Amino acid sequence: MSVPLLLEIGTEEIPDWMIRPALDDLRRLFEKTEIPHASIRMDATPRRLVLRAEGLPPRLADRQERVQGPAKSAPPKAVEGFARKQGVAPEDLIVETTAKGEYYSYVKRVPGRAVKELLAEALPGVILGISFPKTMYWTGKGGPRFIRPIRWIVALLGEDIIPFELAAVRSGSLTSGHRRLGAREIVVTASDYEERLGDHYVILSAEARRKKIADGMAGVRIKRDEALLETLVYLTEFPTPITGGFDPEFLQLPEEVLITVMRHHQRYFSVEDAQGKLAPQFVAVMNIDSDPEGFVRRGNERVLRARFNDARFFWETDQKKKLADRVPDLAHVTFQAKLGSYLEKTERMIALTGMLGGDQHAAQAAQLSKCDLTTELVKEFTELQGVVGGLYARVQGEPEPVWQAIYDQYKPESMEDGIPRNRTGQIVALADKLDTLTGCFRVGLIPTGSRDPFALRRAAQGVVKILVEGKIELDLRDLIGRERLDNPDLRDFFEDRIRFYFRDYRGFAYDEVNACMAVASRNLVDLEARLVRVQKLRGSADFEPLAASFKRIRNILEQAKFTGLGAIDETLLDPGPERDLYDEYRRIAGQPIESAISRLRPKVDLYFDKVLVNAPDARVRRNRLTLLNTMLREFSTIADFSEIVTKS
Amino acid sequence: MPSFQEIIFKLKQYWAERGCIIQEPYDVEVGAGTMCPETFLRVLGPKPYRVAYVQPSRRPADGRYGDNPNRLFKHSQLQVILKPSPGDVVEQYLGSLEAIGIDLRKHDIKFEEDNWEAPTLGAWGIGWQVMLDGLEITQFTYFQQCGGIDLDVVPAELTYGLERLTAFLQVKDSVYDIDWTQGFTYRDVRYLDELQYSVYNFELADVPTLWKLFDLHEGEAGRLLKLYDPKSTEKLRFPLLPAYDQVLKCSNIFNTLDARGAISVTERVGVIQRVRRLAVGAAQAWADQQQQQTSEAAQ
Repeated sequence: MSVPLLLEIGTEEIPDWMIRPALDDLRRLFEKTEIPHASIRMDATPRRLVLRAEGLPPRLADRQERVQGPAKSAPPKAVEGFARKQGVAPEDLIVETTAKGEYYSYVKRVPGRAVKELLAEALPGVILGISFPKTMYWTGKGGPRFIRPIRWIVALLGEDIIPFELAAVRSGSLTSGHRRLGAREIVVTASDYEERLGDHYVILSAEARRKKIADGMAGVRIKRDEALLETLVYLTEFPTPITGGFDPEFLQLPEEVLITVMRHHQRYFSVEDAQGKLAPQFVAVMNIDSDPEGFVRRGNERVLRARFNDARFFWETDQKKKLADRVPDLAHVTFQAKLGSYLEKTERMIALTGMLGGDQHAAQAAQLSKCDLTTELVKEFTELQGVVGGLYARVQGEPEPVWQAIYDQYKPESMEDGIPRNRTGQIVALADKLDTLTGCFRVGLIPTGSRDPFALRRAAQGVVKILVEGKIELDLRDLIGRERLDNPDLRDFFEDRIRFYFRDYRGFAYDEVNACMAVASRNLVDLEARLVRVQKLRGSADFEPLAASFKRIRNILEQAKFTGLGAIDETLLDPGPERDLYDEYRRIAGQPIESAISRLRPKVDLYFDKVLVNAPDARVRRNRLTLLNTMLREFSTIADFSEIVTKS
Repeated sequence: MPSFQEIIFKLKQYWAERGCIIQEPYDVEVGAGTMCPETFLRVLGPKPYRVAYVQPSRRPADGRYGDNPNRLFKHSQLQVILKPSPGDVVEQYLGSLEAIGIDLRKHDIKFEEDNWEAPTLGAWGIGWQVMLDGLEITQFTYFQQCGGIDLDVVPAELTYGLERLTAFLQVKDSVYDIDWTQGFTYRDVRYLDELQYSVYNFELADVPTLWKLFDLHEGEAGRLLKLYDPKSTEKLRFPLLPAYDQVLKCSNIFNTLDARGAISVTERVGVIQRVRRLAVGAAQAWADQQQQQTSEAAQ
């Protein structure tokens, strides 16, 4: 016989983005209790975290526990004492032979406990063990902490309530329906739980809520937005989309501004017309079943109108002062206390664009790049910084490369985001990020663990991505300091980002990245090209054996502490495999490894088969080591193949 | 359709029925109802308290000369403090919306994460902005810390934006068009406040004078707080409340200087620290006074 478990933690509204990680945590903590079960299902709405498991035993099986007592040679008193402690007579003990000798022992029968009891003990800890980014207390100082107050708990094992108390809430079989459409107290069982919630306007499954939203928008051409959809799925218990409209006159404002208002501030989907242009409509997702009288639609339309009016007001006010006239105002905007104002940053960026090979346009874009920080529109919609500057630069007649560079300056904002669309923009974005990175590292603002308040990892990742994907052949060392001592932390920091980019984002193998990075790069474009070559080479049957031989060569050289190069004395070469290898080497030296590999490999194999490098004659030995070292150098220009992990 | 003042009456009535003391607005300028002693000081210590009041809240930088339909230099908050927060506090709050005529089966209510923090007060809490058909109508906060002190008892603070709420109920696009009462619009009552304070805050406020005033109020608050002696047997006589008024004065002058563009970003942090230090000092003295009062009551 087995029974189902239902655990529902009823709370006040949990922030949408914390819900899924919390469910994962809840599941992990439950599994840690090692209570046997056949399956688990996790669900959540903003007001409940739910764990349902099937196939729990009502009682754990009995088990035996062996308790070792005194040695057989121990005085009878000690044996009696041990027996008394176990609650048995000395006759009940058995004598066992162990590696250390003969000992008394007692086999204790431990009865399996009722699972209900175990759960009653474990669940409070499981619940309070869920970690959240920010927690609160609500029952008073020193009270339990959770993301929001816990208001009810359903804990059922089969038909039985698993009894416990947490934060002054007693577990029971009462859940709560939708705040306005459902009943406040609903009796449930493990089997009718989801259905009963449904009766009370709570759609428990996120998948079902997602589908309800998607179905409700089926007739409308919305701009797809998965992140917004997820937010709405976890912000509602009974989502219902409605379509509203706004005055087409607002379409004169830039789309970017309109979409930001709708998406970030109102959580609306924006709508496109058949040509893909923004339509004067939006879709809002309500947390109720219907809007027959249009109250919700009209309310949302009014709010949006007010927001758009504000945006238009800011847009028009900002036009009164050109970006170029705002440059001096940047002296009053702090970039970072130790790194001065944005005016100072701007000046450093202009100088950097020169170092990066930027032209007049790049310098111009750098000069104007931060001016939008003084505009009303950016103060209101901070997420539009850069974009707003670009839009203003465009209406103020700046050349296309300049306004586009300003617009794109914060790109790429993630690994998936594109890099700035033109070279000027790439240079300006590099200048911005490099200035931030070198500045922060200089004054000790270095990211540690998960703390990275200045988003330096993202900045460095952006630099790597722009250099590689923009095919910009600049040596990173020239940009952050060539000498290792100049900026060792920043160099290590960048090395991590470079590895991350090629491995995790571009999908090159771990050892390929190691092999290519072990050889000095002119720049990241060169590194990328070599990685592509190594990846291709790896497909050849000769590659791994040759890599293994290279590793062997390196070991031999290291053991001999040999670094010598120079002329090879042909007279000292043995005819046969050694001479053959030498001749082959002479023929293919200077050719790319791709065309040499199939010819080189058999010669190397044969050489190691037949030739003793460590020859008794010191001159011969020296000559052999020189040949190996010369060859290793010759064929290690694209990668250090000895870094390749081979199967053998 | 309820007028502005009827909405206020109904909300006060609703909360009075739930055990709140109905207070009048505090008579020193504040930027938010939270700063009034009825909230800032009363949330400290273990004593239960329930209070509701309307507080005109001054935000010099938000003034728009009476031109912007949604932005005000001085808006009215209805501030409710329930200490400790009852288990059904959200239901009680939703009930207050129904009390002013909002049928919540026909409107969309959402609770969106919004944690509140006031660095000048050393205060923060966890909570939501409450959205009604896409409009933020209330800030709902469980206080966790005030004046840098972890709270013994967690109060719920509900702050209703009364102009917005009324505009919503009266279906008006501009707060100036809402009916304050029959025959008087909000514009009739408040337009000149908005216009004249915008002119003062943005154009005419004399910066050196304001700095002087700031220094004077800061000096007076600091002077008083230094006199507080926690060992004194007569510490309840210590003029903590007047000292706190001086802190509020500093805060308002700081906001005016800020609107005037007289505080650079670098200076800002420093000035906020100065106000915070005083606010924290006042909170600590109050908490200490309360302790004495509690122990006297126990004897």
